[in-house]
Amino acid sequence: MEGLLSVSVGTVFWASVAFLCVLVIMKRMAWGPIMSSLKDREEGIASALRQADLAREEMSRLQSSNEELLREARNERDRILNEAKAMSDKMRNDAVSRSQEEANRIIAKSQAEIENQKQAAITDLKNQVAVLSVQLAEVLLKDSLTDDQKQKALNHSLIKEFGAN
Amino acid sequence: MSIRKVFVEIISYVLCVDYFCTAKNGYVMVRLFQFLFILGFLGMTSFAIAQHEGHSSEPVAHGEVSVEQPMHADSLAHASHDTAHAEEEFKIGEMIMHHISDAHQIHLGGSLYIPLPIIILHEGHLDVFSSSNFYSVNDHGELDYHDYKGYRNHHEMIEFVGENASHDAHGHKVMDFSITKSVFGMMLVIVLMIILFRSIANKYKRNAGKAPSGFQNMIEPFILFVRDDIALPSLGKKKAAQYTPFLLTVFFFIWMCNMLGLVPFLGGFNITGTLSITLVLAAIVFIITSVSGNKHYWGHIFWPPGVPGFVKVILVPIEFMSIFIKPCVLMIRLTANITAGHIIILAFVGLALMFGQQSPIAGYGVGVGSVLFMAFMYCLELLVAFLQAYVFTLLAALYFGDATQDHHHEHDHDHDHEMQHAH
Repeated sequence: MEGLLSVSVGTVFWASVAFLCVLVIMKRMAWGPIMSSLKDREEGIASALRQADLAREEMSRLQSSNEELLREARNERDRILNEAKAMSDKMRNDAVSRSQEEANRIIAKSQAEIENQKQAAITDLKNQVAVLSVQLAEVLLKDSLTDDQKQKALNHSLIKEFGAN
Repeated sequence: MSIRKVFVEIISYVLCVDYFCTAKNGYVMVRLFQFLFILGFLGMTSFAIAQHEGHSSEPVAHGEVSVEQPMHADSLAHASHDTAHAEEEFKIGEMIMHHISDAHQIHLGGSLYIPLPIIILHEGHLDVFSSSNFYSVNDHGELDYHDYKGYRNHHEMIEFVGENASHDAHGHKVMDFSITKSVFGMMLVIVLMIILFRSIANKYKRNAGKAPSGFQNMIEPFILFVRDDIALPSLGKKKAAQYTPFLLTVFFFIWMCNMLGLVPFLGGFNITGTLSITLVLAAIVFIITSVSGNKHYWGHIFWPPGVPGFVKVILVPIEFMSIFIKPCVLMIRLTANITAGHIIILAFVGLALMFGQQSPIAGYGVGVGSVLFMAFMYCLELLVAFLQAYVFTLLAALYFGDATQDHHHEHDHDHDHEMQHAH
């Protein structure tokens, strides 16, 4: 036990010298560079993380503005499409109504023409009927007037016919 | 998987690095381990010491054997006879003490001894010679000591007895600046540390801005652990940077010294179990604490605020003593823990040898159990090697924090310290 619990001056001396040496050497040679590069790395990581955050924010901002643009474009497209559709509808309706009108006009014109022709034909027919009936009456009269008896009977009948009034 | 990777895996598994590396888990786990191990050690140490005492008293009772050899031996013939007699009986206490005490030579095992330089300051002049001058290795692989140049190695204490002194002559002490086993081990650790951390520092420079790799990657968690979980909570952000280099040095120095002591077949270094060395570490902590102590710190010791006068009379001496007791406790805790670990492991070796002395069968039978227990103790000791480095560093950091804390932070710091001291 004596050897264990005793303190030797020489050992204390060497231990002090050795420990102080190692302290100074380690501080200058090892801990300095190690601590500073650890710190640098930690700062590097921190700043990288911060930058990543910024980039992510920027990204989401860009994304939202992209979406905005996209939405606007979609709206624009819809609007243009609707307009075009309305225009084409209008044009088609116009064309339809115009052609309808034209058709109506043509029909009306044709009808008028037909009416005219019909009137003309009727007039012509009437005239022809008149001529024919005069001719017929002439023939008939000629025949009846050649014979006295018949002339008389005719007179009678004519008188009967018209003379009553 | 390469061998190095396996090694790293095993080490980090044994040390529960993952637990220690997360701050919250780390504290809880460390507390728990510490509590369990301190309990365990108290039990086991007392067991080992009881056993040691029991056996070391035996030779005294027999009266004739070699612990007392220098006093009883009258002639060389008698001495050699005694040594031969002693060889038959295995003394566990002596064996354990031989292994954990500081020595002037390294015993690698068998009859293989590495002599170390003896440096003696005696009456104003320096004597430097090899420690092999003090001994010759006998047939049993033991050392027969003899005097050299009037100096005598008496139980690893160098004395000056003068030329041709008799065996029981009492010498007077000399200033012994020898490179003893512990000093040599410490220097070995320092060289290893410088090589290791220089290469790591270079790696940091070379690898700047990249992820750590290789050995750098293995050590970095511990550097961060000391910085973020020891220095930062104890000292606060502002002062931590100033003390971190010291704390890192102390942590790795103690850890590596502890680990070197666990390497088998290397002479069984017990560096952090040597009181002189832990004394220096504790003294440096004491000096730094005292030098960096601010007005507030000294004020608390010599004029504790907020207590009535008569309490001050009691409190001031206690506070004053505590500034010395704290580093003393640091010193004793480290020495006792590491020595206790060595004693337990050696006790298991000795147990097998002791039974082997009775009969070879008993020796082998007990040996199986001993080896299993030793393997278990080795695992524990690996953990304790780390824990004691951690505890020493943490307490040093807390003392520095105590000495430098600002007045307005006092309240929450005090609370913190109470929690730290509670275990």
